[in-house]
Order: sequence, then C-alpha cells, then structure tokens
Amino acid sequence: MNTQGKVFKYPDNVDTDVIIPARYLNTPDAKELALHCMEDIDAGFVKKVNCGDVMVAGWNFGCGSSREHAPLVIKTCGTGCVIAKSFARIFYRNAINIGLPILECEEAAEEINANDEVKIDFDTGVITDITTGKSYQAQPFPPFIQNIIKCGGLLKSLKEG
Amino acid sequence: MGMTMTQKILASHAGLDKVEAGQLISAKLDIVLGNDITTPVAVNEFRKAGFDKVFDKDRVAIVLDHFVPNKDIKAAEQSKTCREFACSHCVSHFYDVGKMGIEHALLPEQGIVTAGDCIIGADSHTCTYGALGAFSTGVGSTDMAAGMATGMAWFKVPSAIKFNLTGKLPSNCSGKDVILTIIGMIGVDGALYKSMEFVGDGAHGLSMDDRLCICNMAIEAGAKNGIFPVDNVTLEYLNGRSERVPVVYEADADAEYEKVIDIDLSGIVPTVACPHLPENTRPASELHHIKVDQVVIGSCTNGRMEDMEAAYNILKGKKVADGIRCIIIPGTMQILRECVERGYYTAFIDAGAVVSTPTCGPCLGGYMGILAAGEKCIATTNRNFVGRMGHVDSEVYLASPHTAAASALTGFITEYKEA
Repeated sequence: MNTQGKVFKYPDNVDTDVIIPARYLNTPDAKELALHCMEDIDAGFVKKVNCGDVMVAGWNFGCGSSREHAPLVIKTCGTGCVIAKSFARIFYRNAINIGLPILECEEAAEEINANDEVKIDFDTGVITDITTGKSYQAQPFPPFIQNIIKCGGLLKSLKEG
Repeated sequence: MGMTMTQKILASHAGLDKVEAGQLISAKLDIVLGNDITTPVAVNEFRKAGFDKVFDKDRVAIVLDHFVPNKDIKAAEQSKTCREFACSHCVSHFYDVGKMGIEHALLPEQGIVTAGDCIIGADSHTCTYGALGAFSTGVGSTDMAAGMATGMAWFKVPSAIKFNLTGKLPSNCSGKDVILTIIGMIGVDGALYKSMEFVGDGAHGLSMDDRLCICNMAIEAGAKNGIFPVDNVTLEYLNGRSERVPVVYEADADAEYEKVIDIDLSGIVPTVACPHLPENTRPASELHHIKVDQVVIGSCTNGRMEDMEAAYNILKGKKVADGIRCIIIPGTMQILRECVERGYYTAFIDAGAVVSTPTCGPCLGGYMGILAAGEKCIATTNRNFVGRMGHVDSEVYLASPHTAAASALTGFITEYKEA
C-alpha cells in the first residue's frame, strides 16, 4: 500500500475545530462535511487537494475535540496520508479506527516543504520527498494496530477477531 | 516498580495483576458515553458492522447536549437518530430535553459514573470523571460503537505526571485557575498520551466541583486522563448518589512517574488563557486593557453549582456593563432548578444577564452566543481555538467564573477582588 501526491504544510497544534468547524457538525454525512475541511486555517484546501495528496504538520496534530469527523473529512477529501511530528491521542486513535493512514516522523515533518511531491510506502514506513530526493523512515505501527488497519478498521477487526 | 492509580484501574479492568506503561491491553468498560454529535456517527458504524444489540443497556449513556433544544433541522435529525437508537436498545441512561444536562456535569451528578470505573466517552472532555477516582477518557465514534457492542476497549497503558498540590487556593481563585496555570506551564501537549495524577494535601482541600473542572481540562494538556485520589470529599459526594458501589484504587508508594511537578495553590492567581491556545496564559491583572463584547459562564468545565454561586456572589445587586452580553448556562436541570430556588436566576436577570437551559451551545460555536468578526468573549469554557465560538476573526479568552463575572461588570478583563 502506498500513496503519492503534493504536500500541504501546516503548523503545530492544528486542532479539530479548524479541521472541521463545529458549526457544520449538524450532519454526520462525510461528503457534506468534507466540503468544509480545513476551512478556518486553509480556506482553499478543498478545491486544491487531489486524491493521494499528503498533509505535513508539526507537533500535536488533531488536538481538541474527539470528533471523528476530523480524520473522516481529511480522508474523504482524498488525502492519502498525514505526516506529523506528533498526533493528539484521540485523533491518532480515530484515524486508525476509520482507516486514515498517519505517520509520526519528526525529521520528515520538519524538512518536507509545501508543494513538494512525496511518495509513501506504508508497508515499510519509508517517506520519499521526490522533489528533494531525500528519504525518511517513519515509526512503524505496533502489530496490534497493523491488524486493525489490515482488517479495514476497528469494527471489522472485531467482527473478524 | 509499582503502578500509578490509573495503571491499577486499567490492570483490574483488563483482568491482569500488573500492567506497565506502553503495554497494549483490552479492558472491560463500566460506562460507554456519547452525545448528539458523536452518537449518530457511532450508530451508523454500529449498524454497518452488523451489530444488533448493546452489551448492556444499563452501561450505555447517551446525552443530547451539544445542539439541544435543537438549533436547526439537521440537529433535530441527529437528535432523532440518538432517540430512536436509545429507544430500540432500551438504553436506560438516555437524557433528552427536560432531563438532560451537559454530559460531564450530568453523569457525576446522577451517580452514573463512580470511583474505580473504567469509562470511555465519545467526547474529549470525558476525562472529567477522573475527579471521582475513575479512569475516564475521550474516544471517537467508532470506539464508542465498538464499546457499545462489546463492552471492551483497547488502551495503551499510559505513563504519568504527578502534580503534588500543596497549600490552599486564594478566595478569588478556583480549580479553573489551577488547571489553566498548569496548562500554561506544561503546554497543550505537555501531557500527551499520559495521565495527570493530582495528589497532596492541596488536592484533598479542593472541592469536588474544582476537581471536576481540573480533570475536565486534562485533555487541553494532551493528557489521556486526569485523576484525583479517592478521599472523604469523594466519598461524601458519591454517598447516596452513586448507582454502583465505588471501588477505591490507590497508587503504589513506588509507582513510577515521568515527572513530579509541585504546585503551591496559595500562589495561584486569577489566570486567563489568551487566543488561540489554552497554553497562552497570563495573569488576569495584566489584561485589564482587553475589552470584551460577551461573557459566557457555563460549559462542562464550569457550569456547576459552585460556578453559579461564584457568578451570583459577584453579579448580585450589580449591573452588567453597557454593551456586554452576559450569558449564563447552568450545566444541568438540577443546577438550573437550584439557581431558581436560591434566587440566583432572578439576580442574574436583574443584573442584565441572560440565563439559558443547559447546553454546550456557544462553547463550540454551535449556537446561543456566536461571535461576529472582531468580537471578543471571556468564557469559562475550555477551548479558545481559531473560530471556536464563531467567526474565524473572533477571540475567546478562557477564565474562571470569578474572573468572567467580574469582567461582565466592567466590560474589560478584570480579576475579582473581594470587597
């Protein structure tokens, strides 16, 4: 499994209120919600993003509310992966549970620039910045979590387990 | 090496004698909680996965609190989804308009959560119940669905930071000033993935409302949970209230902590978190130049009786400054009723404030107090992120009920000083 696309770069402490503002949470419909993804921090994101593109951010990505709508809209927009220096714990859990690939890699998050073309191999955790030619090794998931992802999310893993 | 209080609760719920930080476990849940925003997503996942019943109808709590009484048609549809699910699964702890309260004020008040519990809730502020000596943490809707189906959840056992509290709070400060001070000290990811354990003589001297407020905002430091030891204050609070028998866990004397931070409560000052992160804290005394347009007193952080009492003591017989909208939101129907009985409701109206039925409403920019571009609000809520209470160019300053009420009278950020 892998993804390749253009980088959207974000700062530290991107919170779930800017990922999907609460004023839109009167619907559980992912497609409708996704129209407002990143609206309060990067108003043009939804129009610019293409399938497979990658978000690269600083520390504590996804802090704040437990709304699963946050990883869901990022995934629904077509984002192939989020790379960050660290993730807020509920966001981390939710991303795994709904099948949005995320990788923690401080060096990659520091060095990769906005608009770079990036390729990610999820099996090996290798991130390649095609624009600069540099590669990075992200932390692999523990086997327990790999199993959830392999099954296609938490509920499917429970059914199969 | 011994275990922290959190680790002991987790070990017991995982059926293990011992756990250590970093270990992945599967734990039995005492309560699974959801609200009107997160439950519809969970219901969808629950059905999609083919589950047809909840693990225990008495261990699921669904509280409509974010957008009720329904703010619009779509919110009404979400409430309807929750209502129908609760009805079809005979969920005993279902709270609709008239019975509902803000979930984290309601569940402790109603005795649904108790000491020694292992609780997940599809709301980040589920960490509130650590005040009762429970392990309690926020999760997403899929975890809620899995929890409702199986009564189990997976956790990575957290390490912990110990906060050793000493001394006594000044009378114009509350738990809110303590937790804002701590977040200002360690940052919004200062306790990422970790437990925050509050101990010491100072901790025992704090009221239950202060403890609930402190644990509520543990998530604002990135923590997995916040927790207080069970003492006489806890047992007195739980007595006659708790539906189940409280179980008391204590940290081992040789428990391992990543860090120990000493805090002298007598040195705490009225504290405000400036936009746009809860870690941007300053003493209120340095912010007298900030003019506000709105004051909100309420939320799962500060909508409890002591918060209403603080607001009453400051606002009674006085007038909210011209041009300031002061919105007071009691956290539950019981608190609202007590405000009526104690004469607070009339005093708030006479002061020029407005009193709402319980709702999360403005805290997350839902409704009941949305800000326009350029407006500023001082609020007893928990987050001051960009756009949190309305327009992306509006600003939220987080403070205690004392500071918020005192600011309502002047129109500027003002700390309360006893006459």
